[in-house]
Order: sequence, then C-alpha cells, then structure tokens
Amino acid sequence: MIKEILTRMLIGGLAVSAFSALGDVFKPKSFGGLFGAAPSIALATLALTVSANGKQYAAIEARSMIAGTVAFFIYASAVSHLMMRYRPPALVVTCALIPIWATVAFGLWAVLLR
Amino acid sequence: MRIDVDWSCLKKTKFHEYAVRFIFGGAITVIAGIIAKKWGPAVGGLFLAFPAIFPASATLIEKHEKQKKQRVGMEGTVRGRKAASMDAAGASIGAIGLLVFAIAVWQLLPAHATWAVLIEASMLWFAAAVMAWQIREHI
Repeated sequence: MIKEILTRMLIGGLAVSAFSALGDVFKPKSFGGLFGAAPSIALATLALTVSANGKQYAAIEARSMIAGTVAFFIYASAVSHLMMRYRPPALVVTCALIPIWATVAFGLWAVLLR
Repeated sequence: MRIDVDWSCLKKTKFHEYAVRFIFGGAITVIAGIIAKKWGPAVGGLFLAFPAIFPASATLIEKHEKQKKQRVGMEGTVRGRKAASMDAAGASIGAIGLLVFAIAVWQLLPAHATWAVLIEASMLWFAAAVMAWQIREHI
C-alpha cells in the first residue's frame, strides 16, 4: 500500500511538473495554457491502474474522465472570463471556482454514468 | 500568431515553485487512486481531469508577469492577471484535446497494448489542442 502511494506520488508529481514546465516555455500565454489541460494525471494514473487492475477497469476510468474534462472546460472558461472582466487575484478565482468543476463532474456522473 | 519557445522561463521558476507543482500533482494522483479504490473507477475517473495544478500555475504566471513589469518601474498587477486569464483561456481550449484523449483511451484500451494506446492518445491530445487553438486564433 505504502509502495503504491509512493509510486503514484512520484510518477504523478513528475508528469504534472513536466507538463507545467512545458507550458511555461511556450509563448503566447494562451498557447502555453494548453498544457494546463495536459493529460498528466491521467497518464500517470492509467498506466499504474492497468498494471494493478486491468484494462477494463482503466477504460471505465477513462470514460468517466470525459465528464471530468467537460467540467474542466467549463471551470477554465469561467476562470478566464472572470479574470478578464474583473481582474481578481488568480489564486482566489482558481480556488473559489473549484466547486463548479465538482458540480459539473459529479452532475454528469450522476445523470449519465451511474 | 507566432508560437515561440523561451527556455529562460525555466530559470525564473524557483525550486519551491517546482516543489509545489510536484506535490500537488503527486497528491491528486494518489487521491484519484484512493477514490477509485473506495468508490469505484467510475468516480475515480472524474479526478483524472481535476484541475489540481491550475491554481498554482495561474498564481505563478500572475506573479512572474507582475515581477517583469515591476522591473521596468510599472505596477504590473493588471498585466499579471491578464496573463493568468490568457493561460486559463488556453487551458479551456486544451480541454478539447483532453476530451479527445479520454475518448481515445476509453475506446482503444480494452483491445490494444497499453503503452501504444497512451502514446497515440497523447498525440491525439496534442493535435486536437493545437488545432482548436489555431481555430480560436483565427476567429
């Protein structure tokens, strides 16, 4: 159990850091932002999930990821719109709007995937 | 719009800022695994698209742009927040690529080799994200 947690922590941390660094180096900022929606957590998780639980289990996770992605799109669009219009601090907006992601993701799960 | 690569940006990011990204990324990967174990893969899968690193990245962009303006004697707050907003707009376009990635893995994984599917899905993510970005730039 501890070994699995440490492996996930290491692979997930490295994947997210690598994609974030790629996002930093590209200009303009809107292009660099594409890497904010990179499949970093998915790549780390799915590879480990297949080896532990099999392909069917990982495919079910990928199907649910579709709902999470729709939620991500709405969340990031809302963050961008609010920041462009009202210019609040980035940390406040990005954290305050996380419930939007949760509502849309779990709403879609409840309606379509449960 | 022209796409440029500026490697000097990597030097501007401090060690603790890299550490924050590493910890957030690692933590959400662990949490996604724990949730999948407790409530099943259908719930755990939602967290594969959780914006875990987004607050840290947006804050970092805001801070770096503000510092850049302050070095030339300007206040820089508005510039910093505009840059973070542009980054968020890019992420929302990138989500279209992420959607393509998820659909590709869902459809291809059961019948094909894992590593081949993950590589192909990543290439599809990048192609779809760049295409969506280019369309957005031309509108």
